[in-house]
Amino acid sequence: MSVAERPDGPAGPRREAARARPGWQVALVRPEAMTLLLLVGAFVVASWLSPFFADATFILSSATFYTEFAIVALVLTLLIIAGEIDLSPAAGMALAACVFGAVAQAGLPIGLAIAAALLAGALMGLLNGVLVLVFGLPSIIVTIGTLTLFRGLAQVLAGDRSIGGFPGWFIGIDWRLWLGIPAPVVIFVVAAALLAAFLGLTVTGRQIHQIGTSPEAARHAGIRVRRIKMGLFVAMGVTAALAGLLAASRLASVRYDLATGGELTMVLMVMLGGTSIFGGRGSILGTFLAAWLLVIIATGMTVANVPVTSQLIVMGLLLIVSIIATNVIYARSQR
Amino acid sequence: MLRRSLLAGLAAGALVAGAAVAQGDPVQIVYIPKNTGNPYFDSLVAGFEDACASLGCEFTQAAPATAEATSQIPFITAQIQRGVDVIAVSPNSPDALNQVLDRARAAGILVLMVNGDIVGSEAYRDAAILPVDFTRTGPGQVELLGSMIDYQGQIAILSATTDAPDQNTWIAAMVNALETDPKYANMELVATVYGDDEPQKSTTEAEALLQTYPDLRGIISPTTVGVAAAAQVLQSAGRADEVILTGLGTPNQMRPFIKDGTVEAFQLWSPYNQGWLAAHFAVGVRNGTIENVVGGTFEVPNLGTVTIGENNVINTQAELTTFTAENIDDYDF
Repeated sequence: MSVAERPDGPAGPRREAARARPGWQVALVRPEAMTLLLLVGAFVVASWLSPFFADATFILSSATFYTEFAIVALVLTLLIIAGEIDLSPAAGMALAACVFGAVAQAGLPIGLAIAAALLAGALMGLLNGVLVLVFGLPSIIVTIGTLTLFRGLAQVLAGDRSIGGFPGWFIGIDWRLWLGIPAPVVIFVVAAALLAAFLGLTVTGRQIHQIGTSPEAARHAGIRVRRIKMGLFVAMGVTAALAGLLAASRLASVRYDLATGGELTMVLMVMLGGTSIFGGRGSILGTFLAAWLLVIIATGMTVANVPVTSQLIVMGLLLIVSIIATNVIYARSQR
Repeated sequence: MLRRSLLAGLAAGALVAGAAVAQGDPVQIVYIPKNTGNPYFDSLVAGFEDACASLGCEFTQAAPATAEATSQIPFITAQIQRGVDVIAVSPNSPDALNQVLDRARAAGILVLMVNGDIVGSEAYRDAAILPVDFTRTGPGQVELLGSMIDYQGQIAILSATTDAPDQNTWIAAMVNALETDPKYANMELVATVYGDDEPQKSTTEAEALLQTYPDLRGIISPTTVGVAAAAQVLQSAGRADEVILTGLGTPNQMRPFIKDGTVEAFQLWSPYNQGWLAAHFAVGVRNGTIENVVGGTFEVPNLGTVTIGENNVINTQAELTTFTAENIDDYDF
C-alpha cells in the first residue's frame, strides 16, 4: 500500500473532506507501525526493569527459544492473508521431531532421519490441504482436528519417553554462531527477508492478497486459488517440521509434548503484527517485528523476575490493544 | 557486553557504592518450581525463605506458567544472566534441561534438583535434594494399608497419569511387595486405575472402583489429587467403614476427612524441609563449609546429621511421615 495509490492523496479526485494526510498519519496507517512503537517501548521498559537486560548476547540467545515458533509464524502469515488458518503446526513440530527421533534411534543415518521428518511435515500439510480444499471443510475445524491427531501420533511413536542420544554435530544449533549471531536467529531473519520479497514482489504474492480479499473475485480473475492454498498448507507442514528439527537440536532430545500450546504463540505473533484474521491484509514485516516484541517482553520480564502471572496479563493486554489500534487506524484510513 | 556493563553501571551506580562496603556478598539462591499456582511448592518455598532469613542468603523464586517439559529453560537462562550463585529446580523433564544446565554450571553456578531428580541425566546437576528414599515409598504404603485391613481382601490403586514417573516407580514396588512378601499373601490387587491428577477424573475412577468391586477392602492413592478425590467419594457414598483409603496427601487437603473419620491415616513427607535443607546445603557448599562428595555429612538445624548419598542424592527424611488424627494439627501445608 504505497502513498501514491491512496485515493485521497494529492493525485486523487478532490473532495471537501479529503485533504492530504500528514506524513506521520500515513506512516501510522501501516499495520506494522503499532508493533514497531510497542517494540521500542518494550525495549525501553525492559532496560529500565532490569540492569541485566540490555545485553545483545543475552537477548539473541533468549530469542532462540522463540525463533522456532517465529519461523512458522512467517509462513502462517501468508496462509492467514490468503483467508485460511492452520492451528496444527505446533503439534506438527512434535510429530516431525518424533519421526526424526524414531528414525535416528532405529540406527539409520541422521541425514535420513532429517529427510523423514521433512517428508512427514509435507504429508501433514497435504492432509490439512486435502481436507480443507477437496472436502471443503473450514480450516479452523480441520486443523483443530489434525492438531489432536498429530499430537496423538507423536505420543504413539515416542511413548512417554524422551528420545535422545543424537550425534554431537546435530545438537545445540542455538549455540552455533553465524556472524556472531545464533544460527536459528539468522535462519529466521533470512526467512523473513525471502518471504517478504515473495509476498511483496512476486505475482503469486500479490495473488495471495487477492485471494484473501475476495476468493470469488480471485477465481474469476483466473487465479488458481486452490493450487496456491494447497501450496501454502504444504509449506506450513514442511516449515513446522523444520522448526521441530531446530527444537530437537536445541533440546538434544524429543518428546511428544514438544511445543505444546505453541500454536497460540504463532497466531499471537501474526495478530500482533497487524495481519487481519479475516484475510486480505497483513505483512511479513509485521510478524517479524511482533516476534521480536514477544522476545523482548518475555525476556525482559523473566530476567527482571516479574511473576509469570503478570507476564500473561501484559501479553493479553498487548494483543487486545494492538488489534483494536490497528483496526481503528485502518477503519479511519478507509473513510 | 560493553553496553551491558555501561547500563549496569549506570542503573546500579548508587546501589553498588553501598553494596561494596558490605563485607562478602550474600549467597543468591533462585528456586524454579514446576509451575505457578501449586500449593505444594508454596510450602517448599517457605522452607527456603525461613532458611535464608536465618542464614542471611538472598532468595527469589521464578515459576513458569505451565509444567511443560521445556517451560523452565528461559527462566534458567535469565537467572544465568542475572549472575545468581545457586539455581534450584524442580524439573519438568528428565533431559530437556541438560543443555541449559551445562551452561549454568559453566558459569560457575551451583545447580541443585529439589523434590525430583533428572533421572539418567545426573551428570548435569551438582546434587539432588529428595524427600525420601523413593524405593521405600511403595512398600511403606502397602504396609500402612495392610495394617488397617488385617492384611486381607481386595485392594485397588488410584494413580495419577499412566506415565507419571514417580507414581509408576512406587506402583511397581507395591506390586513387587504384594507378590513377594508372604505377609501380604491374602491381599489381592484387583485394579490399577488412573485419575490423571484431575479431581473430576479421579472422582469418576474412584466411583467406578466401588461399583465394579463390591468386595473391595482398600484403596491406595499415591497422589495428592487422587487421595483427596477418593476420600470425597467414600464420604459421599458413606462407605468409609467398608473400604479403607490411604495414600499420599497433604495435611491441609486431607484434614476434614481425618477429622470426620473417613480416612484413618495417610502419608507424605515435608516439602518445607526440602527447601530448608536445600538452602542450608547451598550456602554451606558456597561458603566452603560443606563438601559436595558422596558419603559426606553435614549438620542441618532441626534435621540433624544429613548424609550425601549415592549419585549426590540427599534425602530429607528416612521414612514417610504418617498423618493421623493425633498429629495432623501439627502440620500446615
